[in-house]
Amino acid sequence: MGALSTIAVMILILFQILREGLPVLHLSFFLESPKEMGREGGIFSTIVGTAALTLVAIVVGAPLGVGTAIFLREYTRESKVSRMIRFGTDCLAGVPSIIFGLFGFVFFVIHLNMGWSILSGGLTLAAMILPTVISTAEESIKAIPYSYREVSYSLGGTKWQTVTRVVLPGALPGIFTGILLSVGRSIGETAAVILTAGSSLIMPTSLFSPIRTMSVHFYILAREGISMKMAYGTGAALILFVLIINVMAQWLINRYIRHRT
Amino acid sequence: MSQASKIIIEDFSFYYASVQALQNINFKIRPKEIFTVFGPARSGKTTLLKSLNRLTDLIFGTSHTGTIHLDETDICDPKVDLTHLRRRIGMVFDLPTPLPMSIFDNIAYGPKLSGTNRRNRLNEIAEKALRSAVLWDEVKDRLNTSALRLSGGQQQRLCIARVLALEPEVLLLDEPCSGLDPISTASIEETLFQLKKDLTIILVPHNIQQASRVADRAGFFLNGELVEEGPVYQIFTKPKDKRTEDYVTGRFG
Repeated sequence: MGALSTIAVMILILFQILREGLPVLHLSFFLESPKEMGREGGIFSTIVGTAALTLVAIVVGAPLGVGTAIFLREYTRESKVSRMIRFGTDCLAGVPSIIFGLFGFVFFVIHLNMGWSILSGGLTLAAMILPTVISTAEESIKAIPYSYREVSYSLGGTKWQTVTRVVLPGALPGIFTGILLSVGRSIGETAAVILTAGSSLIMPTSLFSPIRTMSVHFYILAREGISMKMAYGTGAALILFVLIINVMAQWLINRYIRHRT
Repeated sequence: MSQASKIIIEDFSFYYASVQALQNINFKIRPKEIFTVFGPARSGKTTLLKSLNRLTDLIFGTSHTGTIHLDETDICDPKVDLTHLRRRIGMVFDLPTPLPMSIFDNIAYGPKLSGTNRRNRLNEIAEKALRSAVLWDEVKDRLNTSALRLSGGQQQRLCIARVLALEPEVLLLDEPCSGLDPISTASIEETLFQLKKDLTIILVPHNIQQASRVADRAGFFLNGELVEEGPVYQIFTKPKDKRTEDYVTGRFG
């Protein structure tokens, strides 16, 4: 019953958005920049903004998160310090995104004087996805059998060699899944992004340009009553992108796993 | 006398936290012999093997007293180069542990760690190691398939080949046939006889029959103590100690 209602809700949402949004999706909708606040034209600059913001978030957040997970699993034993880091991560996971937005606004935008920009927003999102990346990476590193590590050491491997040649390749599918979840969260985030990356419709030219992501565009179009038609179009495009990314990533992961076994 | 011993263990005791796993062990292992370390479970056999190549370092809270020498090297010295030591003393574990990569990459793993990356050289190493482990003919046409697809016996011989690729002086085998059928066991024992020509082997057998079949000399361990050691025929036919006799004749164990 529960499972059925989950599927029902999902289908309802998809149906509603695609019914309203699909008719708007022409090639020009993807390739033209918005005109008249988004009432006319397409969503090209918001697609670029979304991609740039997500890229910064992942490029900063993923290595930091995976590094933390490696440190926690391979370089420390259970201790006060590791418990504290883990507690901090769990707390971070529970912080509402608007609080991240506020923090990013005060710290990156104002204090570090980065302004509303891709960089401010990306760094804020990086902090927001950190808990997800850390915990999924930690779980998949934990799942690598102890015997693999023992073999690597017994063949004269150093700790670093063991981590990079045995542990990480085995944990990669899990780590990748965590990063994928984070991509989804970054693309979908609104509150934290408005406060840190702004809502400019102008095409970004550098990391310090303000941008508007697709989610923010959707929000503003609907909230300000600018154009429900364009809002649904943006929503449908957003869903399609997330779907395509997920399918491609799943295909890559499966290929990688099949290659190894 | 030092010339006649490859490994000399003197007054060696080993502790996991406060639990003593080995008590005051003294014995010598000669070059190019198969020495078998046997005894019931929890008698300290694996601990002894892992002490020889310092895999015990991976476990937290262990301590030891006494010394172990490999030729002139003090194995227990905290400053000893572990990478070098573990290349000289290779180890095969009780269950086959191929890494989740191709057969070739499994063999090349060790040499690559020390910077041997030339494909030609790695090919030579792989062929030689696989021939030594009597696996070459079975896998030569599928070196790039996953090692996980081999049978258990083939996997274990692959693990032996992987160690041999480093050209060790001593080979530690911890119940290498425990998960294998009699035919695979026979082929591994055959492999050991071949290997004895070039290196020293320390074997924890998975049963007493295997110890008597393959070993030159044997040491009987009980509760972390070396009860007695000597030539295999003596240990298995006229042991000096009552406990050895009881174990060998199957009165306990």
